Amino acid sequence: MDFSKLLEGNTWGILLKGLWVTLEVAVVAIILSFLIGIVLGILRYSKIPVLSQLATLYIEIVRNIPLLVIIFFAFNTLLDKFDSLVVIVIFGMTVFTSALIAEIVRSGLNSIPIGQIEAARAQGMSYVQTLIHIILPQALKRMIPPLVGQFVTLIKDTSLAAAITLPELLHEAKLIYSNPSYVNATIPILLLVALIYFVVNYSLSLLSRQLEKRLAG
Amino acid sequence: MNWDFGFIQEYRTEFIDGFFLTLKVSLTALILSLIIGTIIAIFRISSNKALRAFGTSYVEFFRNTPLMVQVFFFYFGLASIGYKLTDFWIGVLGLSIYTAAFIAEIIRAGIQTVPHGQTEAARASGLSFLQTMFHVVLPQAFKLVVPPMCNQFINLVKNSSILSVIAAQDILYVGEQAISEYDPFSVELFVAALYLIITIPLSQGVNLLERRWAKQGTR
Repeated sequence: MDFSKLLEGNTWGILLKGLWVTLEVAVVAIILSFLIGIVLGILRYSKIPVLSQLATLYIEIVRNIPLLVIIFFAFNTLLDKFDSLVVIVIFGMTVFTSALIAEIVRSGLNSIPIGQIEAARAQGMSYVQTLIHIILPQALKRMIPPLVGQFVTLIKDTSLAAAITLPELLHEAKLIYSNPSYVNATIPILLLVALIYFVVNYSLSLLSRQLEKRLAG
Repeated sequence: MNWDFGFIQEYRTEFIDGFFLTLKVSLTALILSLIIGTIIAIFRISSNKALRAFGTSYVEFFRNTPLMVQVFFFYFGLASIGYKLTDFWIGVLGLSIYTAAFIAEIIRAGIQTVPHGQTEAARASGLSFLQTMFHVVLPQAFKLVVPPMCNQFINLVKNSSILSVIAAQDILYVGEQAISEYDPFSVELFVAALYLIITIPLSQGVNLLERRWAKQGTR
C-alpha cells in the first residue's frame, strides 16, 4: 500500500474533475426530478380519477426497480439516440428519483391538517387555489429536509454510473488505479474517494439538520 | 421496436440461477446487517463515550459514502494487496456494512421512542441493561421498527444488483449477457419484471402492515 502515490502525478486533478461530473449530474437530475416529482405527487394526492391511478402506478413500479437496472435500461436502449453518457445517466436518475420525490411531496401534502383545506374552501377558494395558496407553501417547507436527503442519495448513486463508464468520481478513481504503476495505491485512492463523498454529503446532511431545526421553530 | 422474448428460453437456467443468487445475497446480507446494525445501535445509545463515538462515526460515515465505493474497496482494494474474496462475499460484505448503518438508525429510533421512565422502572426493579433491552424496550420498539426494516430489505434486493458490476451472475448480469444477442428493450423489461416480482409484494405488504398498525395505534 502506497499512500505517497496520492501526491504524485495528477491524481487530485483527475479526481476533482470526476467530482465535478458527479455534482453536475446530481444537480441537474435533482432539479428535473423535483419538477416531475411535484407533478406526480400532486396527481397522486389529488384523487383525480385515472390520472391519480396512473401516477400511483408509475411511482410504485419505478421505485421498486433497482436504479442500476434503470441506468442499464437507458444505456442499452437510448445510447444511439442521445449519444451522451451524461444525458443517459441524468435521464435514468430522473426517472427513478422523480418517483421517490413524488412520495416526499405526497406525504408533505398529507401532513397539512384537513381543517385548513376546509377553511380555505369555506372562504370560497377553489380546489386549485387552495392547493397553490394554502397547502403547497406549508407542505414545501416540510419537504425541504427529505429533499436534501434525496439529493445526498443522488450524489451517492451517481457512482453507479461508473458501471457504464460515465467519467464521474469513482470511475476516474478506477482509471487511476488501473494504471499498473498505481495498483499499489488502490486502497489509498479508494479511501480518498470515500472521504471526498463523505465530506460533500456530510456537509449537506448537517445543512439539512440545521434547516430542519430552523423550520421547526 | 422489435419485441423478442426468445432469450427467456435460451437463458432460462441462467435467469433462474440469477434470481436465486439475488435472493440469497439479499437474505444473507439482511441477517448480517441486522446483527451489525443492532450492535451499532446499542453502541449509539450506550453510556460509554468511546462506544457512542464509534457508533456515531460508523453511521455517519457509511450513510454518506456510496455502496459502490465499498464494493470497489472489497473487490479492487483487497485484490491489490493480494486478498481475494468470492464475488458472493464481496457483495454480501459491501451490502451488509452499508445497510447496517441504516438499520442501526431504525433500531435506535425504535428504542428511543419507548419512554425513558420504563427503562428506569425496569432498572430500578433490578433488571440488568441487557434484560431491560430484551424484555421491556425491544418488544415495544418492534412495531415501529418492522415497516422501515422491510423497506431496508427492499433496498437490499435492489442494491444487490450492484453484484453484476463485479461479474457475479445475478439477475441484472444475466440480462446484460442476453442483450448481446437479443433486443435490449425486451431484455431490460424482463429484468425489471424479475426484480418487481420480489419487491412489489414486499412493498405492498409494508403498506398493509402500516395501515393496520396505524388503525390499532402503535403501542
